[in-house]
Amino acid sequence: MLALIRKDLQIEFRTKETLASLLMLGLLTLVVLSFAFDPTSELRPEAAPGALWVAVIFAGVLGLNRSFLAERENDCLQGLLLCPIDRGTVYLAKTVGNFLFMMVAQLIIVPIFVFFFNVPATPALAAVFLALALGILGFAAVGTLFAAISVRTRAREVMLPLLLLPLVVPIFIGGVKITARVLAGKPLSEVVEWLNLIGGFDFIFLVVGWLVFEYAVEE
Amino acid sequence: MTQVLRKAAETVLPVLTLVSVAAAIWAVFVYVPTDSAQGIVQRIFYFHVPLAMMTFGAFGVVAVASVFFLWRGDRVWDRLASAAAEVGMLFCTLVLITGPIWARPIWGTWWTWDARLTTTLILWLIYAAYLMLRTMSGAGDQGARYAAVLGIVGAIDIPIINRSVYWWRTIHPAVLVTREGGSGLADPSMRLTFEICMGAFLCLFLWLLWVRNESGRLHDAVEDLRQEVLARQQQR
Repeated sequence: MLALIRKDLQIEFRTKETLASLLMLGLLTLVVLSFAFDPTSELRPEAAPGALWVAVIFAGVLGLNRSFLAERENDCLQGLLLCPIDRGTVYLAKTVGNFLFMMVAQLIIVPIFVFFFNVPATPALAAVFLALALGILGFAAVGTLFAAISVRTRAREVMLPLLLLPLVVPIFIGGVKITARVLAGKPLSEVVEWLNLIGGFDFIFLVVGWLVFEYAVEE
Repeated sequence: MTQVLRKAAETVLPVLTLVSVAAAIWAVFVYVPTDSAQGIVQRIFYFHVPLAMMTFGAFGVVAVASVFFLWRGDRVWDRLASAAAEVGMLFCTLVLITGPIWARPIWGTWWTWDARLTTTLILWLIYAAYLMLRTMSGAGDQGARYAAVLGIVGAIDIPIINRSVYWWRTIHPAVLVTREGGSGLADPSMRLTFEICMGAFLCLFLWLLWVRNESGRLHDAVEDLRQEVLARQQQR
């Protein structure tokens, strides 16, 4: 499993394609959403957490699409499946890889977010990162499963967001709620039920994905 | 055995549906008294709630059939899941149409982001994607497996989504507390009408499910025959 994760990371390290596109899309989303809300408006701080999560989700969908398109080229997926390892392990490796890409992208997207939306750079941002880590883990767990499916359908670029966005509604709502509360200076104990909800989501769908992934990649 | 069952379903279900739906229409429009608080629009409740229940039933069937399909690999389960998803989609759409018609005069708005409404909307979105996935992944076992994966994941997700949208609106102070039919069904004749409608929509659901399932079966049978013909032509 570690070898599989290292393979993905190494490819990324050499080409930097996924990370670059993740970052650019995240940045563009934040910029475009900045135009959506009047800079002088009082609504702007209220809209900020939503903008961050929209950027995360959009960039995430793009990254997930790429993660299996790359495998499809030159039939790499075939080779991967021929390995004498459990399909569940392949799934976990891909999920961890996707999770890491998205988290690394956050290291840059969040400062940009702070910069554009004039968010106070307080220690509360650490809590935002916790929310992002939990949310992105669940997003990667569901997303990796459906990226493997959508890559083999017609209109594959459209199919993934169509499948994924309704399913990750709890993460989105929870993430926005946590971010808003934490940035408003509330302690982490106030959002603990949301953290539990997202944590539960992560756990359930990691297990489900691990169990059903073999049906998603079987020829 | 299956032949007998099929014959029975073919004759009994349409008749039962026709009679019960006619009875439901009569009960809703003629028999039951008008609700004193909500007025005439309350009558839509007798269609709305059974439709919603059948929607959840249909998507439950999708989930169970999906599990059996992945477990056993028998196309019978795939056809059942597909049929249930289509009928569920129809019913869910009707729920989302009848709901706002009622809400407009009673709540004064077509739509609110109430937990129940939001969950139903997202349910609709998930199964719209499910049906799209079916058409986009083509025929054959591969598409069926993909659909089954989504059928299972979607069904597991629904309670979590419901929880999250419930907290989303209820922790928020500006909550709109809504209890449908809270004032209704005081009269025993209302209860009876509601029960007739439940029965009618159950029959309608089963019949539609049956018809859709049969057409899927015939479709598969024709496909098998065509493959066989093609294979024989190539042999020559």
